[in-house]
Amino acid sequence: MVMTTHEEKMRTVRFRVAATPHIVVNSDICRASCSIHACVYVCPANLFVPLDDGGILFNYEQCFECGTCYIACNQEGAIRWSYPDGGYGVTFRES
Amino acid sequence: MSVATASEVFDVIVVGAGPAGSTAALLCARAGLKVLLLERGEYPGAKNVSGAAFYGSAILNELIPNWWEQAPVERYICRRDIAFMSSTTSVALDFHCAAEGYTTPPYNGFIVLRPRFDRWLAAQAEAAGAFLLTSAVVDDVLRENGRVVGVRVRREQGEIRGKVVIACDGVNSFLAKKVGLQREFHAHELSLGVKEVLGLDPAIIEDRFRLSGDEGIAYEYLGAITEDVHGGAFLYTNRDSLSLGVIGQVSSLVERRKRPYELLERFKAHPAVAPLVRGAKLREYSAHLIPESGWTMKPTLYTDGMLVAGDAAGFCLAAGLYLEGMNYAMQSGLAAAETAIDACRRERYSARALSGYRKHLKQRNVSTDFRAYRHAPAFVNSARLQNLYPEVVASGMEQLFRVDGSAKRKILPLARQLMRQYQLKPGELLRDGYQVVRAYLW
Repeated sequence: MVMTTHEEKMRTVRFRVAATPHIVVNSDICRASCSIHACVYVCPANLFVPLDDGGILFNYEQCFECGTCYIACNQEGAIRWSYPDGGYGVTFRES
Repeated sequence: MSVATASEVFDVIVVGAGPAGSTAALLCARAGLKVLLLERGEYPGAKNVSGAAFYGSAILNELIPNWWEQAPVERYICRRDIAFMSSTTSVALDFHCAAEGYTTPPYNGFIVLRPRFDRWLAAQAEAAGAFLLTSAVVDDVLRENGRVVGVRVRREQGEIRGKVVIACDGVNSFLAKKVGLQREFHAHELSLGVKEVLGLDPAIIEDRFRLSGDEGIAYEYLGAITEDVHGGAFLYTNRDSLSLGVIGQVSSLVERRKRPYELLERFKAHPAVAPLVRGAKLREYSAHLIPESGWTMKPTLYTDGMLVAGDAAGFCLAAGLYLEGMNYAMQSGLAAAETAIDACRRERYSARALSGYRKHLKQRNVSTDFRAYRHAPAFVNSARLQNLYPEVVASGMEQLFRVDGSAKRKILPLARQLMRQYQLKPGELLRDGYQVVRAYLW
């Protein structure tokens, strides 16, 4: 079908999940000084979940490694990222 | 090749096997240099996403004559359709060209799928003699006396020495930042593209889009297609699928609190788009950042022992009429290779010895194009061009073509009414007119 939910989109993408996360969110900073939570909206993989206490829960396993969260985050140092180990992470086949 | 056998010194280490890196590696290897091409993905192209319209056929043809006969290409582009959209209406410029060089070799442009095309291109560099090492993330450069003398790959004994390092590690270029050549980017300088590849029968594609054989069409959309987010959308015909996507400026997505994949769904549901994608089935969803600000995000392009090329150097021309990255990646990769070849010949690798990169970028028309269109990206992403003018054009055409028994109005009274309706002031129109002139006319 043409119209798809986000879950259906994500099911078409192949990931080889690394043992350690390549993105780390310092939720203390999110709680202390972020009110906009830009990461929650802009992430194309929808990996950032806002918590009731103002923190952010992050799941690195289905990350496109695009860097948008890092660029959008206006809180100094809340998101630290690098690339996953070689051969791990997203593997596009068609795009 | 194991990294252990790489303990010797390479002439050139290229980081990233995208269009910039593979082209640079290919040219250096052909010049007889010892070249290492490093790629963090499982295979070249595994991490790469773009539309992908590739307008660099003639450039690649210089390196590999009749390359399209052996490369995985989808369709050649002989039609382009640029549309201004409101929520109900589309006003398009339809360009169909059968002139020589468009529908005949070397072809003006091709639609490609990056995981396949990039993989093929890296294999050409390998065939020319470059060593390709995949699944290799480069975390940092090696430095001696302030000079770059190699790279550190994330694995045991990952220190590899090279006389010249060419960083083609993409829009997020960790290397250019580590070395201090590039600053951190702002959210208004980058756009996020989200894309889908939708499978569709080739016969349906050819009928629906009025294409014969290997012909292809590239649609680009501006205006309400991204609602109030600054950006645009595209739809390209592949052989047996469609590539379509939405591009949104990151700062604008944040301000409007819009989820990119929801914009993608709305794009497919637009009355002008829905009939084009009907019956197609999702094969893959993807996302990537685009360095849309061009000239203003250009890093310092070289330092002692290192050069930067491709998206890592911001060489992506997003100027409304043009949306080109792969060709400039290749042109800058070639310029970097020419500089590295000179340096190796003279055995001098200082920043001064590499300063010829500027000249090569000019000769390859990279810096000239980016300089000429330096005002275009800001204009293309301005609020008025994004949200106001497409709406005015669409509404104007709606009124011009509407027949409902009332008296027909001529253009001038209609224009006056539109100016009142959208509160357009003559001074602002003049100013925007000047922006167009400055961005595009000379």
